[in-house]
This record gives sequence, C-alpha cells and structure tokens, in this order.
Amino acid sequence: MSLAQQSGENRMALTGNEAVAYAMKQVNPDVVAAYPITPQTEIVQIFSSYVADGEVDTVFERVESEHSAMSAVVGAAAAGARSMTATSANGLALMWEILYIAASNRLPIVMPVVNRALSGPINIHCDHSDSMGARDSGWIQLYSENAQEAYDNTIQAIRIAEHADVELPVMVCQDGFIISHALDNLYGLDDETIRAFIGTRIPRYSLLDVENPATFGPLDLQDWYFEHKRQQAEGMKNALDVIPAVAKEFAELTGREYGFFEEYRADDADVVMVVLGSTAGTAKDVVDAMRADGHKGGILKLRVFRPLPAAQLVRALQGKKVAAIMDRAESFAASGGPVYKEIRSAIFDCEQAPMTSNYIYGLGGRDIRPEHIREVFNQNLSAAETGHIDTPVRYLGVRE
Amino acid sequence: MAVNIRELSKKHIPFTGGHRLCAGCGASIAVRQMLAAADDPVVAGVATGCLEVATTIYPYTSWETPLIHNAFENVAATISGAEAAYRALRAQGKVEKEIKFMAFGGDGGTYDIGLQSLSGAMERGHNMVYVCYDNGAYMNTGIQRSSATPMGADTSTSPAGKKIPGKPGHRKNLTAIVAAHNIPYVAQSTPAHWRDLVLKTKKALTVEGPAFINVLATCPRGWRIPDDATISTLRLATDTCFWPLFEVEDGEYSINYRPREKKPIEEWMKPQGRFRHLFREENKHLLEEIQEEVDRNWNHLRRLARDEVE
Ligand SMILES: Cc1ncc(C[n+]2csc(CCOP(=O)(O)OP(=O)(O)O)c2C)c(N)n1
Ligand code: SF4
Ligand SMILES: [Mg+2]
Repeated sequence: MSLAQQSGENRMALTGNEAVAYAMKQVNPDVVAAYPITPQTEIVQIFSSYVADGEVDTVFERVESEHSAMSAVVGAAAAGARSMTATSANGLALMWEILYIAASNRLPIVMPVVNRALSGPINIHCDHSDSMGARDSGWIQLYSENAQEAYDNTIQAIRIAEHADVELPVMVCQDGFIISHALDNLYGLDDETIRAFIGTRIPRYSLLDVENPATFGPLDLQDWYFEHKRQQAEGMKNALDVIPAVAKEFAELTGREYGFFEEYRADDADVVMVVLGSTAGTAKDVVDAMRADGHKGGILKLRVFRPLPAAQLVRALQGKKVAAIMDRAESFAASGGPVYKEIRSAIFDCEQAPMTSNYIYGLGGRDIRPEHIREVFNQNLSAAETGHIDTPVRYLGVRE
Repeated sequence: MAVNIRELSKKHIPFTGGHRLCAGCGASIAVRQMLAAADDPVVAGVATGCLEVATTIYPYTSWETPLIHNAFENVAATISGAEAAYRALRAQGKVEKEIKFMAFGGDGGTYDIGLQSLSGAMERGHNMVYVCYDNGAYMNTGIQRSSATPMGADTSTSPAGKKIPGKPGHRKNLTAIVAAHNIPYVAQSTPAHWRDLVLKTKKALTVEGPAFINVLATCPRGWRIPDDATISTLRLATDTCFWPLFEVEDGEYSINYRPREKKPIEEWMKPQGRFRHLFREENKHLLEEIQEEVDRNWNHLRRLARDEVE
C-alpha cells in the first residue's frame, strides 16, 4: 500500500494508539464506554481529553470493568447509539461472554483491539492470543500492519458494521507496542470527509423507540435459536461483499486500496508467507532482499480473518509450491496455530494446493527479526525443491 | 406524592399476563406494581433469572415497553449504556420524549454476580432505577443459595443435611451497601405493601440520578409455601421486621412501617417449608440466633432513622 496523498488529506506523525483515538474523535460516536489496559490505555486517555476539551459530542462512560464496558455498549447500541469501546488481552477475555451477545443481537459496535498476550503468565506485550481466542464470537476481525491501516480500518469498520446486510460488530486489531506505541507517518482525512463517509447510524430497532416497543435478547429455545444463528452466519457471509465495497469507496477518497489481504511479490512466488499485522512489514523487507538474490518469496498479508475469505485465498494460493503460515498465537491443539488451521482447510479443495507449514512465533512480544523470516523462507524454499515438509509445525525464535 | 388505587387500576400496565412465571410468584406482582407507578415511558432491562426466562420466550414477550436482556450479571451496566445513549441522542435532538430507565435483577444477579456492575452504575450516577427482586435464592436454576438466602434455609446447594442444617451464616445487607454509594434514593419494599412500593417507585423515578429499591418477593416453589400465601408471607416478613420497609433519601434514613406489635421471627418462618428442619429440637438454638440477628438489624435501622431504641 502506498502513502499516496489525495487532496484534502493531512500528513500526521502518530502512534497506532493516537491514530485510532484520532479516528474515534473523527467518528464522534454517540457513546463510548471503556476501561484502561496496557497497551490500549492511551486510547482511553486520549479520548478522555477529547471529551474533557469538548472536541467530541460523545457521552463517555468510564466503567468499572471491561465486562461492563461491553455490556454498556450493548445497551447503548441497542438504544440506537453509534457505540465504541477498545481493549486488549485480559480486558477482551473479561468481555468474552458479552462479545457473543453483542454479535447475536446484531449490534454494530466497533472496537479497536490492541493485541497483547493473554495471561498467564501475565505479559503486556504483543501476540494475537487475545483476538484469536475471540475468533468464533461472531465479530468481524480486521488486522492492521501499521498506524495508517489501524486508522483506515477503524473508519471503514463503522460502515461495515452498520451495513444493513451485515449488522455485526467489528474488532480492529493492531499489534500492541509494535504499532500502538511506535510513531508512524500517516495520512488522515478531514472531519467533514469522514462524517460524510460514515453517515449517521439508522438502527433497525431501538430501545428508545417507545412507540414500537421491542424485546432485545429474549430467551430463544429449540424452535428459533438455530434460525437466528443461521441468519447471523448469513450476515457474516454478506460481509464478504460489503468489506470490498466499503474499501472501494474508501480508495476513491484516499487512493489507499484495501482487499481481504494484500499480496506482496506473490505473483510468481514459490513460497508465500501468510502473515497478519506488523510482521508483514518486516517480511516484505526480507522478501526484497531475497529477490535480489534470486529467491522467489512472496507475502500474503491477511487483513480480514473474520469472515475468512476462503474463495479468494484459494485463488491467491493455488499453484504456489508452499504456503508458510505464521501464527502469533498458540491454540494448544498440538497440531498448529489458528491461522494455519483455517488457511489449510480453506485451500484443501483447491486443485493445485500448495504444501503448508506453520510457524508459531513472537509470543509475549518476543522479537521477530529479519533472520527469523529468512529462516522460514529458506526452510520452505528447500521444501519447495524436495516436495516434502518434514516438520509441519515449528516454533520460531524460542529456546527449546 | 399520593397514590390512588382508583387511578392506578385504570392504568394500562405494559406487562401482560400469559407469561410462564409460577402462580403466586412475587416477581411478577412487583413488576406490575412498579410499572404502574411510572407516568413516563420506561425502557427496562432484566437480568437472566426467572423474571427474564419466563417473560421473553421468543417469539412471545410480556413486555409492552422496550426491554433488553443482556446477561446474568450486567443489567445495571446494560441499562447504564442505554441511558447514556438516551443522553447522547437527546442532546442531538434525535429523541424528544421523557424516558425513564429501570433495571430488574434477582438477588443472584444483584447481591452476587452482578454486584460490581450495580456498584459501577450507581457510582457513575446514571439516571436509572435499579430494582432487585429478592426471593432469596437462584430460583431459575433450581433454588441454589445466594448471599441473600436467609440463614438456615434449605436450598439445593445448602441442603438441610444430617450435619449442616441448611444455609450457614446470615444474609448480606445489600441495601446498606447500595446506600453507602451515597446516591439520592435507596429503599426497601415489598409488593404486600403495594402503596409503599408504588410510592417508592414514583420517588425513585423522580429523583435526578440513580435510585435503588430492594423488593422482597416470594418464590412459592423455593420457599415452599402455597401459591396463595404470597401476600400473607410477605406481610409477615415486615411484621416480624425480617424485612423492614425504609428509605434513605440523600443519606437520611426513615422507617416507613412500624408493626403495631413486632412478631417473633418464627411466625414468618413456620409456614415456609425451607425452614421446617429448624423447628426440630436440635436446631432450636438456630432460631434464637436468627431472632437475635433480626433484632440487631432492626435496632440498628432504628438508630440510623433516629428512632428511639429500647
Ligand atoms: C455467568 C452466568 N452464570 C450462571 C448462570 C446461570 N444462571 C442463570 S439464572 C441464575 C440464577 C438467577 O438467580 P436470581 O438472580 O436470584 O433470579 P431468580 O431466578 O431467583 O429470579 C443462574 C445461576 C448464567 N446464566 N450466567
Ligand atoms: S420458581 Fe419461584 S421465582 Fe421462579 S417463577 Fe416460580 S415462583 Fe417465581
Ligand atoms: Mg432469586
């Protein structure tokens, strides 16, 4: 993705947290309820200043826990308000129960998630165990490579979540510290453009519509629960159409194009590394260096993990020799991480499916360096030659 | 503020019959009386529990007023969010009506698992009324003890056994805990004193900021009383001072009902099957202990209300 500046965009130097807080200010949600946790805390603090300085119209609730943050935004969103919160790790875990309820009520809540390792042991640094654990909660998940993407994804998330064919909550994930606390150059749209782009929320039902009272969250037993889950699954499927449509409109404003994933020098690659988040940046540099030496590596940076763009992944990966799939989370399945499992199953039926390998890396903020990425490519380039992978699941950068 | 039964009886109460709460269930009577007290439209929340599961079985609902059920422990936070939305959308001119917000939770959803959510919402100062309908156990899941269960009660997790005679320990004083939040209005009531409950609900809906009402409600199944003994049992709860009717307005306590003659606690306990084992010879000392606790609490309340204490 290039940083081509369209007319009206401002160049800003912001950290990932600042970029997301700024996006929230521009969205100017009706209600925010949030609770601080490292590395998300800054978002709450910066947003508090916007509120204190009267720069937003938001009713901001400093609740006593993340469980209440998610519960309150469920109440607010059910009352028709555009509602947001933000969290990390244990905070997300504490919300768990209500994540499912938010999604099943089809409430278009947008939540920045600053990825952090889930306790225990307690650790404040980046991995994806928090949001990966919530992958089946019914939330759309967008992953960001840098502050620009975190900003852009936050803005697009509002449109995706509120789209009449979707009506589902969205997590906008960025890597804790690596993105959230690193200063980055990015472009931002002005407030008017953002507000025109996101429009106002028109809820299908509202608690405040006292003339047309509705019951939200009823007891739903054997005779209807399944139909409602089926509809929810359809909403997620519809997101596969809505996400690109919103991205297209966004590209018209900014010149920045977003797909389900970004392919980097993957066209003629023998080995494609599938990776989420900031590691993609490091990997791109490694690929450039390898290409200079004549080795054909490429990157598929997954932006949308929920819904999983399975058909598109098949198209992108078929005919490649190896897909090296990177997981910044352990799922304790004794058979590989979550991204690996999902991609592997998505491409199972493709005609010329690549071989797959899995690397679990970077847990608890363990640094992932160019030499690690290089190691992955080297192993998989030899596998491409021999046509054989001896150890499908490996741990990268750990003392064994 | 006056309450007129003739006026009340003409009101449409947005909570219909046909729900699946048991005959004689105190919760439904309390909800009807409280909704009758509201002059403005009410947006209600309900915690998981008997009241919720029996009144919202999809595709039916007993609620003719907007209702949200979120989970078991978070009705306070949920309604606080709806109230926040109301403030936001009202300021933008998108909602014009005066709307009130009420949250209903059982004792399990309030004294126990929902205490944090309640405390947070009260502290933040939302304009909402939280109602705990206290039937003294987790009735929906089959009568398990809660921290509101009276000492000695036989429940499915504090059974009256050969060694342990029912629930050990006294109840948590939730009303005092909520009063310690220094919110504008806190009260205790029960639907057996309908005038008291309606009046308190009106006050709670009128004050600016959070209000809390703890409402003793029977569960004929859990208390093991006949369906038609709801009102008489609840009356005995106030006549024995097990459940005093009082209110705390801006920190000032007042007692709203003084029984002409304070009855012994046994009179309240005797008709309830859950206390039957306490009347056996070997458990008599427990009855004394329970009586002492009732007296201690009543005297403490009288001191708080600057009543003379003998
Ligand atoms: C987090 C969670 N834990 C446990 C339950 C199971 N559960 C549902 S209702 C309930 C008890 C409700 O008791 P109370 O609040 O006193 O209401 P009542 O049923 O007595 O009216 C329990 C334990 C649940 N739904 N959610
Ligand atoms: S079990 Fe008890 S609380 Fe539940 S509906 Fe029946 S009487 Fe009411
Ligand atoms: Mg109960």
